[in-house]
Amino acid sequence: MANTYTAIATVTVDGSAPASIEFTSIPATYTDLCVLLSARGARAAVSTIAIINFNSSTSNLSHRRLLGNGSAASSDNNATVLAFNFNGSTGTSATFGNATIYVPNYASSNAKSVSIDAVTENNATSAQVQLLAGLWNDTSAITSLKITAVAGDLVTTSTLDQYSTATLYGIKNS
Amino acid sequence: MPITYEPIATTTVGSATAEVTFSGISGSYTDLVAVITGTRSTTGNSVLVRINSDTGSNYSTTIIDGDGTSAVSERGSNMSSGIGVAAWKGNGSDQMVVIVNIMNYANTTTYKTVLSRYGQAGTGTEALVGLWRSTAAITSLTFRSDNVSNLFSVGSVLTLYGIKAA
Repeated sequence: MANTYTAIATVTVDGSAPASIEFTSIPATYTDLCVLLSARGARAAVSTIAIINFNSSTSNLSHRRLLGNGSAASSDNNATVLAFNFNGSTGTSATFGNATIYVPNYASSNAKSVSIDAVTENNATSAQVQLLAGLWNDTSAITSLKITAVAGDLVTTSTLDQYSTATLYGIKNS
Repeated sequence: MPITYEPIATTTVGSATAEVTFSGISGSYTDLVAVITGTRSTTGNSVLVRINSDTGSNYSTTIIDGDGTSAVSERGSNMSSGIGVAAWKGNGSDQMVVIVNIMNYANTTTYKTVLSRYGQAGTGTEALVGLWRSTAAITSLTFRSDNVSNLFSVGSVLTLYGIKAA
């Protein structure tokens, strides 16, 4: 019986405060990819922002998001980046945000659709649950995936705290 | 280490089709997961799952969805068409992702709950929960629509996985 869910790589941030976690040289031998992320950023905010890029490309990215903050539901979109929120430095200490990033058919020649479920947790009234439909409208097979902490302008890089960690899984359907 | 996540079957759509069925599902797993990727042949068709070919009014679905500007919640009850797993009437050419989780599918004591996540970046995203009011073990799943003869476009891929707790 096939081992369907295979851990390809894990990155755990040390004390060097990097801006990003990147998985490179992703083989095309799986059907889907899944990243499980636990992260906290140094930006001075209750929640901060991560952007996702594939194959070092910064174009043809977009998303639509459904957001709940504990009191109301809302929806927004962005036509230039694929981004979600995770815990920043002013929320409850030692609390990390989590995300599941699912990329089906990542090696195909179709545009790449992405499903993201993400949360920021905080022992206060401000916390978020986010559901995203993402798109990288590119026909290239995905060979690298990068998660970068950024500021509110979605461009200026920020840093990830120590112990932030992400694991990339490859999923086979046969 | 036991293998806990096993592919049961995959269908790659070779010609546009109204529905895809996974039948003969054994009761040897704990939970089921279905992953659907691809496109819908025309705009405006929800994706439903009908269980064990049951055409009775035994399904309900509750949805929260966002289209990029606003969030709404909807509900359908006593449905005969199946449980909604991608209820947004999305863009036919836009790649969608649907991930469906069915817990404790083989028990014969409780009604069956279905959790689903749907997304199409050009259209919106949803979380859905559905109920099939039957205590029968699930042995088949049919992904379908109510009103279209060629729901899934060529190249769409539907995979069913089984998960074992041990």
